[in-house]
Amino acid sequence: MSKKDEWLSELRQRITEASPEEVKELLGNGNEVVVVDVREGDEYRQGHVPGAIHLPRGFLELQAETKLGDAREKKVVAYCAGGVRSLFAAETLGKMGFENVISMTGGFTRWKQNGHDFAVPEVLTDRERERYARHLTIDEVGEEGQIKLKKAKVLCIGAGGLGSPAAYYLAAAGIGTLGLIDYDVVDRSNLQRQILHTDDRVGELKTVSARQTLEAMNPDIKVVTYEERLSSENVDRLFADYDVILDGCDNFPTRYLVNDGCVKHSKPNVHGSIYRFEGQVTVFWPGEGPCYRCLYPAPPPPEMAPSCAEAGVLGVLPGVVGVLEAIEAIKLILGQGDLLVGRLLMYDALEVKFRELKVRRDPKCEYCSGGDFPGYVDYPAFCGV
Amino acid sequence: MVTVRIPTPLRKYSDGNAEVVVEGDSVREAFAQLEQKCAGIRDKVFDDAGEIRRFINIFVNGEDVRYLQGPDTALNTGDELSIVPAIAGG
Repeated sequence: MSKKDEWLSELRQRITEASPEEVKELLGNGNEVVVVDVREGDEYRQGHVPGAIHLPRGFLELQAETKLGDAREKKVVAYCAGGVRSLFAAETLGKMGFENVISMTGGFTRWKQNGHDFAVPEVLTDRERERYARHLTIDEVGEEGQIKLKKAKVLCIGAGGLGSPAAYYLAAAGIGTLGLIDYDVVDRSNLQRQILHTDDRVGELKTVSARQTLEAMNPDIKVVTYEERLSSENVDRLFADYDVILDGCDNFPTRYLVNDGCVKHSKPNVHGSIYRFEGQVTVFWPGEGPCYRCLYPAPPPPEMAPSCAEAGVLGVLPGVVGVLEAIEAIKLILGQGDLLVGRLLMYDALEVKFRELKVRRDPKCEYCSGGDFPGYVDYPAFCGV
Repeated sequence: MVTVRIPTPLRKYSDGNAEVVVEGDSVREAFAQLEQKCAGIRDKVFDDAGEIRRFINIFVNGEDVRYLQGPDTALNTGDELSIVPAIAGG
């Protein structure tokens, strides 16, 4: 008998084994059972027991505690392709304090042969794995997070100062569907800050120009463009397909429509706005925190808003604010970190100061406090910056 | 002594200063003194009835005074009062 066989037969005496049917029964009985797939990545991607945690043997010792966490008191079922590697894995897990580890006999091969359900994970292509390599190596994203980004649909309101950096980074990060609403054309005076556009595209639609830049940066994502002005007529239709709305517009009437549409459809609204050297960033997430109207119940009348002549802005400022918006959108999709929900981040570029203010849900808010939706308002357009 | 943060759109009233130091035991009193130093600013923040305008917020140490005692919110030495107007630029 080879050393390996001696070792295995010795393991079989010590480690509990269960057939796929017994495992299936265990899972169906409402027990708290953690299933661990210890095969290599390429095997796992062909199909796995539904709900199994993928923990390849090569990383077992290093990742068991992070991936299995509090499973020490629970039953752990380890499986591989045929039931041999899982015996070694069960032994290792036992040494690490997981006391109730079962190895599944016959492994995934028998599980599948015997007609049990299995899941095929959504996977990235080799090309995507190469492109997003620096995401895949951080726990907060990883393959699972990258797939979430790939499946996500983000709608950018405006392809201008804020929309340019936000959309650029969202495209780079691999947001699968990126919608852009803008009805304007590229003007040379935009180029001091709107980095999606180029001098030779002056006069072209911003959506067309933006798409060209974004697709050159990342041809694997889908860029959908809408050459229209957001209005009470089209907001329902435009928002319907998207998970996250990123507000990068430049006027009050649109900001209120964005808010009201997000409240009506319960969509998170990643908000950024700028003036000269100053920016505001927050996330209005109906149901989770305040909305824009909780903070600013109504827009200023035209005579109270700064005039068009005052509409200057330092070109880099929307870069900072738009990128902060993109980060919030990505965190929201990944479900990672603390979002700027209920927190208004104020950035003053001249002083280099970030301040944070608490934004509370207004229990009397006409829009988000739970009564009937009051309807959209088309505020008169004016130059409010 | 209370420090009032003046937002960029209202700095034309404060000679471009980002901060103005005033005395005052309440938000309302602080604004009375601020008005003396920055003539015209109070009307930008409060309406004719003395209420804070709906597109402007006043925060004391990061808390919105609408959820404290509004313009009557008490102030202590060292407090930071921020005027935060809606801005729409993008």
